[in-house]
Amino acid sequence: MSKKLTGQIALGFSILAWLSLSIVDISNQFSLGNNIDSGFSEKLPNLLFFAYVLSLFTFYKSRVDLADRLNLIDLLWKIFVTGMLTTVVSLAIRSLDLVLGDSQLIKNILVIDLLFLVNLGLLTAFLIATLVVWKRLILYQKNKRLLLLWTIFEYILFGSILLDFSAVPGKEYFLIVVVALGLIVSVNMKWVAFLSFKQKWKSILLLLLTLLYLVYFYMNLITYRDSYEFLSLLSSSLFIRGAFVFTSSYAIFSLLVIIFNLPTTSAFEQKLKEVVNFQRLSQSIQTEKNENQVYKILLESAVRTVEADAAWIELKTSEEMFLDQISYEKVAVVKSNLSQSGISFRRKIASNENKKAGVSGKLKVGDFRSIANFPIWIDEIQEGTLYLLKDVRDGFTHELIELIETFTNQAAISIANFRMLNEAITNERYKEELKIAKLVQSKLLPLKLDVNNDFDISTFTIAADEVGGDYYDSFKISDTKIALIIGDVSGKGTSAAFHMAQMKGVFLALAQLDLSPAEFLDKANLAISSGLDKTSFVTISYFVLDSTDKSIEFARAGHVPSLFYSKEEKKAAYFQNKGLGLGIIRGEKFKNYIQQSSSNYKEGDILVLYTDGITEAQNEHKEEFGYERLLKLVEQYQSSTADLIQEKVIKDLYDFCNNDLLEDDYSLVVVKFK
Amino acid sequence: MVEIEIQKEGHIALILIDGDIDASSSIQLDECLNKQLDNKQLNVVIDCSNLNYISSAGLGVFMSYIEEFSSSNQKFVLFGLSEKVHNVFEMLGLDQLMNITPTKSEALIFLNEE
Repeated sequence: MSKKLTGQIALGFSILAWLSLSIVDISNQFSLGNNIDSGFSEKLPNLLFFAYVLSLFTFYKSRVDLADRLNLIDLLWKIFVTGMLTTVVSLAIRSLDLVLGDSQLIKNILVIDLLFLVNLGLLTAFLIATLVVWKRLILYQKNKRLLLLWTIFEYILFGSILLDFSAVPGKEYFLIVVVALGLIVSVNMKWVAFLSFKQKWKSILLLLLTLLYLVYFYMNLITYRDSYEFLSLLSSSLFIRGAFVFTSSYAIFSLLVIIFNLPTTSAFEQKLKEVVNFQRLSQSIQTEKNENQVYKILLESAVRTVEADAAWIELKTSEEMFLDQISYEKVAVVKSNLSQSGISFRRKIASNENKKAGVSGKLKVGDFRSIANFPIWIDEIQEGTLYLLKDVRDGFTHELIELIETFTNQAAISIANFRMLNEAITNERYKEELKIAKLVQSKLLPLKLDVNNDFDISTFTIAADEVGGDYYDSFKISDTKIALIIGDVSGKGTSAAFHMAQMKGVFLALAQLDLSPAEFLDKANLAISSGLDKTSFVTISYFVLDSTDKSIEFARAGHVPSLFYSKEEKKAAYFQNKGLGLGIIRGEKFKNYIQQSSSNYKEGDILVLYTDGITEAQNEHKEEFGYERLLKLVEQYQSSTADLIQEKVIKDLYDFCNNDLLEDDYSLVVVKFK
Repeated sequence: MVEIEIQKEGHIALILIDGDIDASSSIQLDECLNKQLDNKQLNVVIDCSNLNYISSAGLGVFMSYIEEFSSSNQKFVLFGLSEKVHNVFEMLGLDQLMNITPTKSEALIFLNEE
């Protein structure tokens, strides 16, 4: 069953109970006056009153529970309204009394009884409404003990109605128990602490009025009881007296506590505001997207917290300022005033601690009388300053300055974190771009070089960095002629990779012209030199393999000499021709330093092209792999296929270096003739 | 790591190189050679007998000063290269462009001849 329905049914019951009570009581009075038996038990009015109280309690409880999110003032307002309504009705009855004056009707016992019952009903309703709200307030921050205590109090209070039934001797003492318990639970008024300054004043007003109603009703009831002896039974109800004492004493206590709390409230509120502002600062800073936003929040929070009359933040790295209630012109005036008068920042820059401290000083510009400044240090660099102005002298207490220092530090940490995050993102992006560069470069090196019926080729390459400067390629000039190139760009990494890409362009453009190796180098030198800085060079070896006369024509531009194994002689040897690296001499004279050579190949001969990464690879004893070792290995593996020779040499290289040779780029191209 | 020392002997600046010249230490060599361009009366003799290793970056530095010294009419000679280091110069073809002698006395003779 919903609470709302419960409340409505309870209300219905209470009205029914009151009506029955009225009928029964009036009948009783009537029969008493006329000496006849009404047929109703004497206890019946008490029983009906009990029902009335319980159903009313249920009704108000459901109302208060329903409004779960009611705030404290709303609760007080609720009983104030109930009190007002009941008082107005009660007063209306009074005025009726006055208007009718001494008429016979008013003297009628039955009418008096009815009016009394109405008043009793209203008082009870108001008492119960107040009781329910007080319960809510007392249990505002409850614990188990308090809850138990309240439950006992509630049972005893309602139980006291049952005592009204019988004429037990000494039931007045029971009232003392009720009042005592009521006073004990009354000391719980934590809710007062949660009222703001304004709310406290409102509460005082509402509580005073509630007290007024209570007293009015009670006096009213007493008057009735004293005037008319025959009403004594209900009017001396223990419940009504107990509830009255409890509700009015809690109202008085609350009133006193609120009044005594008033002076400290503003300080408490100030602290609360500081905490809220700080929390707001740290939360909003974390979600902000840029540094300016962080500065703005810092400014705003600082102004709000110290109630500054003006403020600004200036940055060392930019002209931009963040202003609050002040103009650029005024800032300039304040600053020139500061420097002229030489006042008076009592900062001791000597120690590291102090350089980050905020300081305050006097000021006399316009309405401003005090100033405080707070350096903003980010990663040990002072990046800006926060200035706060107030129109009172000594407006910045020690506590306020420390608080704003905390704000400033928080903002600085946020900015530092923010930058670190950005840096991480940028690095990540660079890595991503390098990956792309690697992918692009891997496409520049052919997977398979051109072959014809005369030979097989096997290649291997690896770069120390993501991208490298080694290059090899082939070009089919005709069915019988194939051009081969191997090269190495000085330096490593991206710049080397860039020149290597240029080299590929130069090779593809020139190789198809069917140039002699010397001519190729000359033209390649011209083409590539302009793109190289003065300390960079490119070394290449260029070969033209012709299957018609089984000849090799070649020239070397500063590249490591190529190795040739002759099956007939069963010996390998390095080609001994002169050469000059590309980019060293940028002009006509270059061809003077180039020497073209030629050779012939037979079945089983081997041509080995490589880059200096291989011969210069070092083991842990700083020993180089060297030319001799390479030469011997080729002789040793000469009977194998091109693929196998390449694999075995690379494996031996790895073994030599203990699998740890990624200091340079290195490439190997093995040509096996057949 | 490299240590480079400059001594003035009459009309020559003697530069002593001790150690390895790789990508990072080649900056020191570059600074040192650049200083010699200030005094156009001096010829430059470089003692490479304690030069253990030179990378392509180091070769690049030497290479870039060939033109510079010749246009300021200064001569520069290298001597005392180990076989390994000499091979590196030779392989790139720099031996054809630079003056390299086995000993210091031959280097001085070379300077006097010209």
